[in-house]
Amino acid sequence: MKTKSFRLRFKKDLQQNWTLYLLIFPVIIYYFIFHYRPMGGAIIAFKDYVPKKGIWGSNWVGFKHFINFFKSNFFFRIFKNTVVINVSTLIFGFPAPIILALLINEIKRKNFKKTVQTITYLPHFISLVVVAGVIKDFTADYGIINDIIAFFGGERRTLLNFPHLFVPIYVISDIWQGVGWGSIIYLAALSSIDPALYEAAEIDGAGRWKQTLAITIPSILPTIVIMLILRMGSIFNVGYEKIILLYNPLIYETSDVISSFVYRRGLLEANYSFSTAVGLFNSVLNFSMLLIANSISRKVNETSLW
Amino acid sequence: MIKESTGRKVFRFFNGLFMLFMIIVCFYPMLYVLFVSFSNAALFMEHQGPLLKPLGFTLNSYKMVFKDPMILKGYVNTIFIVVVGTCINIIMTALCAYFLSRKNVMFRTPIMIFVTFTMFFGGGLIPFYLTVRNVGLYNSHWALILPTVINTYNMIIMRTGFQGIPDSMEESAKIDGAGHLTILFRIIIPLAKPVIAVMVLYYAVGHWNSWFNAMIFLQDREKFPLQLILREILIQNDMSQMTTGVGLLDQEAVAETIKYAVIVVATLPILLIYPFLQKYFVQGIMIGAIKG
Repeated sequence: MKTKSFRLRFKKDLQQNWTLYLLIFPVIIYYFIFHYRPMGGAIIAFKDYVPKKGIWGSNWVGFKHFINFFKSNFFFRIFKNTVVINVSTLIFGFPAPIILALLINEIKRKNFKKTVQTITYLPHFISLVVVAGVIKDFTADYGIINDIIAFFGGERRTLLNFPHLFVPIYVISDIWQGVGWGSIIYLAALSSIDPALYEAAEIDGAGRWKQTLAITIPSILPTIVIMLILRMGSIFNVGYEKIILLYNPLIYETSDVISSFVYRRGLLEANYSFSTAVGLFNSVLNFSMLLIANSISRKVNETSLW
Repeated sequence: MIKESTGRKVFRFFNGLFMLFMIIVCFYPMLYVLFVSFSNAALFMEHQGPLLKPLGFTLNSYKMVFKDPMILKGYVNTIFIVVVGTCINIIMTALCAYFLSRKNVMFRTPIMIFVTFTMFFGGGLIPFYLTVRNVGLYNSHWALILPTVINTYNMIIMRTGFQGIPDSMEESAKIDGAGHLTILFRIIIPLAKPVIAVMVLYYAVGHWNSWFNAMIFLQDREKFPLQLILREILIQNDMSQMTTGVGLLDQEAVAETIKYAVIVVATLPILLIYPFLQKYFVQGIMIGAIKG
């Protein structure tokens, strides 16, 4: 086979599989238009984009927008907020589903186990608009959380107007919505552990706690590592959807992140080139983080995304 | 069965207690929303703290919600987007997954890289927005359907599902002279029903809950999906349409219970079907996990 020239193999492949290529054609077109075209369109980060002149007709300005961004007061603020929100969700949100999965795994009664699973997965399906709306209402000065605070003698106030409360509210609601769903993948890993391992440990006299440390954790470690890589790859990436539903100008100092800044500057104020530059800086940063996390894990753990 | 130690029993007890706590934490907020939606507006304004049942059961809030033409229009728009969008999602995702699950195709690896690269890198929000506008989808429902026709992560799950189908099934069809389209739609898809079911659910829930693209691409209020109307009511507190005709003093009170009724109306369809389909959801994640 290998001695055959590329052209011959190509010809044979086309003859055999041309209907297959016909099927994949719309898929290629889709990825081209809605994924690769925007990648190419990101070139306006280096231009002064004017809609009338189009992407190619607009003037080149080099790194002007990047330099303006790095020099602006916003750079430090949105960069810091992005990292703070991410590191907080990582520290509190990453272990939560693992712990939940380990505890669910210890439940013996099947019906109870199923009920716990069904109900903890439920919040995952509620739309962000609803979740954000409920958070806003619960934390408002007349809301149920303030009812409880007032009951204990605290003062009523709209919690989302206080900059220092944004991150806790964001992180706690994130855990609420994601902990059950996030545990599924670990439960899957737990269910594939060979029961014979536990039986052997039992005979050796190892208690449940020792079994967890010696068998359970090492067995799900590859899954944990993969999830951690994916998480590390998005350490500079906080989605704008929940942020722009929850924040308000009073608390921009702690709640405005890179993506929400791009949204505001780009779509509300139509600063296309500048916000594209900020977005591109963010994409490149994210991609580099993913590569770094992946290569570290490959060296240390021999687990890798690709 | 080996006898349980005391420590183990204590652990089991507290674990059970913790699980009950989790159930309450996850479920009570939803229950609270449901209770408020059936409550009497004036009574609710005076009430403080958690509710264990609706305050003075009434359907008033729901009546007002269903009187609002925007909510009904939003419902119709959302259903259109969910149905048409999900159909196209499934067909396109299946085409891609089928191609990438074939073994003797020369360009499989390059196309796999071409497709998966988009999971890790993208042009960003603004170029995406400009692209959709330039393609001429602005202010059209297709802007909510076409740009997200394939979710690459879902596609990989589907491909893994397709790969699990034994080759012999296709071989016999090929001998009978079946083409790729016949094999895909007559053999692969029927055999991969669980995976397809998961995909239908993932995509449909995704469409049902999405609002951001609608917000940036739609201009006419007539075209707004339910979630966008919901956002006006919940986040921007804009309920002028629904509370007209209510005395000014009562407006604030009524507005609160209406909010909760709208939430129920927009969320219940998904929460009602979810428990029945739960086993499929979980299966889907598992298939993805094996690959991951």
